[in-house]
Amino acid sequence: MAVQEKYAELIQSATTLGVANLAVAEKDGVLHVSGTAKSTADYDALWALYDKIDPSMASGDLMMNIDIKADAGAQLKVTTDSTNLNIRSTPTTEGEIVGKAAHGELVTLVEKTDDSWWKIKTADGEEGYAYAQYLSPL
Amino acid sequence: MKMTKLLMAIAIAGTISLVSCSPKDADVKTAVETQLKAKPDMAGAMVDVKDGVATLTGECKDESCKAECEKITQDVKGVKSVINNLAIMAPPPPPPPPPASMNTMLDEATQQKVKDGLKDINGVTVEFVEDKAVLTGEVTNANRMKIMQMLSAAKVKSDVSKLTDKK
Repeated sequence: MAVQEKYAELIQSATTLGVANLAVAEKDGVLHVSGTAKSTADYDALWALYDKIDPSMASGDLMMNIDIKADAGAQLKVTTDSTNLNIRSTPTTEGEIVGKAAHGELVTLVEKTDDSWWKIKTADGEEGYAYAQYLSPL
Repeated sequence: MKMTKLLMAIAIAGTISLVSCSPKDADVKTAVETQLKAKPDMAGAMVDVKDGVATLTGECKDESCKAECEKITQDVKGVKSVINNLAIMAPPPPPPPPPASMNTMLDEATQQKVKDGLKDINGVTVEFVEDKAVLTGEVTNANRMKIMQMLSAAKVKSDVSKLTDKK
């Protein structure tokens, strides 16, 4: 139970923030936490807490698979550092680039293909897959 | 009389050996083989000798090996001419690349997700060992968090012991 105790504050915080479908399980010394945060702010807060409890997140003893609540039709903000986000024909970087979304642009979620790739649609009607890491639900 | 018989025997033996070429061809064959076997490149070459004509068959790795075989054979005493029927070996197929999954139990699609996620983060490389993504490089704190979030989304365990903080 050592790992669960180490991250007790994080789990407490996730509960307080109302993370949906919160699941906590320990396996082979690694704590798996999953659920759906209500907002990007909640998500960021949980990750900041992880970084605080485990400096530089170096221990590799937590798998925090938290996503952010976003249903089809939800607005997403493109959160690249500064560059355009590629929109591709298939959910891999092998996919042909069918469009681009600018940094800070708002796009619409079509479906969450998986945790890494989401299908999106831009205001110009370009539709395809983009890397979910760079998309923040509003 | 004994002397005569002996001389006759010698004469007969001499005639036989002159008439029949086969023992001599066999000797030449052996001599050529000895020469060819001495070179590892030419171990695949075979020779047959008939009436002093040496025929080379089998395989050689390239043209220069083939020419060399012919020259060596030509230089063996008793070889009148050489028929060079050596074939050039097809180049050996390149060794198959080790499967990407050799050191990892993570499937290709998962590995690709991680690589895709790292594409925009400069200076960080990843290799997959067992069930972990082992990251190497220098990162800012913001990028470190991005990497961890990306790995979590791909459901991959991390080993960041070789990831250092950018000053």
